[in-house]
Amino acid sequence: MAKKKLHNDPTEYVSEMLEGFAAANPSHVRRVDETDIVVRADAPVKGKVGVVTGGGSGHEPMHAGYVGKGMLDGAAAGAVFTSPSATDMQELIEVCDGGAGVLAVVKNYEGDIMNFQTASDLAADTEYEQVIVDDDISVSEAEDRTGRRGVAGTVFVHKIAGAKAAQGASLSEVAATAEKAIDNIASMGVALSSCITPEKGEPTVDLSADEIELGIGIHGEPGVERTEHQSADDITERITTDVVKDLDLAMGDEVVAMVNGLGATTQSELYIVARELNRILDGKSIAVHDIWVGEYCTSLDMAGCSISLLRLDDELRELLNYPVETPAVTIAEP
Amino acid sequence: MTDDTTLVVEAVERVADRLVAAEPTLTELDSQIGDADFGVNLRRGLTAVTETVKTDEFNGPDDVLDTVGRTLISEMAGSSGILFGKSLMEASDTVTDGIDYEAIVAFAVAYSDNVATQGDVTLGSKTMFDAIRPAVYALKRGQELDDVTPTQASAHAVKACEYGVGFTIPLRAKKGRASYTEWRSVGYPDPGAVAVLLILREIHDLVEQEHDETVEPSLPGDLDDVL
Repeated sequence: MAKKKLHNDPTEYVSEMLEGFAAANPSHVRRVDETDIVVRADAPVKGKVGVVTGGGSGHEPMHAGYVGKGMLDGAAAGAVFTSPSATDMQELIEVCDGGAGVLAVVKNYEGDIMNFQTASDLAADTEYEQVIVDDDISVSEAEDRTGRRGVAGTVFVHKIAGAKAAQGASLSEVAATAEKAIDNIASMGVALSSCITPEKGEPTVDLSADEIELGIGIHGEPGVERTEHQSADDITERITTDVVKDLDLAMGDEVVAMVNGLGATTQSELYIVARELNRILDGKSIAVHDIWVGEYCTSLDMAGCSISLLRLDDELRELLNYPVETPAVTIAEP
Repeated sequence: MTDDTTLVVEAVERVADRLVAAEPTLTELDSQIGDADFGVNLRRGLTAVTETVKTDEFNGPDDVLDTVGRTLISEMAGSSGILFGKSLMEASDTVTDGIDYEAIVAFAVAYSDNVATQGDVTLGSKTMFDAIRPAVYALKRGQELDDVTPTQASAHAVKACEYGVGFTIPLRAKKGRASYTEWRSVGYPDPGAVAVLLILREIHDLVEQEHDETVEPSLPGDLDDVL
């Protein structure tokens, strides 16, 4: 029997979601007419670098949930797991251009990259830069494929770039700081069950009841290992070990961590993972500045979680703590 | 509208119908090696294309193809939308003066080149390019030989494309989401390549009908004998 879902015509899935999202968050955002673009209610912000992103839907609250003061100026939503159109991205870039240029935070998927490339060519009057996020360490660095995917760690890039832009930095400064963040982020996920896309209505990944998949992508792309289900502590240790190793973290380093739910995993489970993550990092004498626990970058109704770590320096810590006001993340003025 | 314009509109409508009808097959293939969204995205894009060509007025074949390209970019989106769409737009200039063998070859070359540069692909990456390039070579080869009729030329393109699709089956995908499936993509044709073959088959059917001539898919010259 097909899994029960709350939607109407699957072809209207994204459009109806955005309509609801805009209706629920009028103080933060507005939807640009006849597009699948959500921008800050006051966009464009004059004299500030616009920070934008875009990608397929199905990862809520990514992307539109991060639109607001101190983070993103706008986001383009594609169909579920499909890159938005270059034409929507072009409009996004133009609408968010307050005269200081626009930085796009692009996740490392060919569709997103090709469409943003074309969009930036079309939006020729806007000074444009982009950064590519590829934080998923579960993809080996083989030369003959697309490479590491952009996953939940992208939220930290939105936060850092958005804060830098809010402080009045120039386009090249915002881009350089975003690059620095990207170089210091690593993520890895685990799926306990597959997601089900609204159009297909069936599991994307054939994962049996007693199996888990380590390193799975946020669209159900294959991971590094399929294994029997394990305890939260064992899974957390495996992922954390790999992420720490990838970042080459050492005693005395400081990180901000994220335990991200993939869509169908409870908050309580995420806190159990956060507990073990904190314990492991503490054991390695890695300072934990903060742990973000919750749903930040989901994969529809996939069960499981991902762990992301961002190594902090003084600049990144200050930007991370900078006030932000979005539907999904709020940090009040001190 | 000129005859050529009407012909291109008809070709677009027929190709769209054929691909939309093939959605279940393409979705099934894409769920083996990708993320099962290709058929759905194709249907969304082509439904918009069909509506557009029904209602718009066009100033020549190039205008039709340019408009179809724009529609695919905005409505299909994703990596396939931008590749199919932008390549159509970039290649549309080649048919400004009408449709003849020379123009078709120029169009095919321009389309194929754009897919290669924009998608950053070479032969053997297990993409639609593996189906496009052999068809382009077959068209060019046919042009070099004397007395190849339009129907024979499109039969050549179809046959070469069939070989190209077959060539993708034992390959490991090196591009797109399928590339993450490692060896699991081996044994299935690339869905984009299959879509290209369906497009060429539909165009061949149309050419046969226009020229009242039936030609089975075959390679140009004596290449069939070699194989």
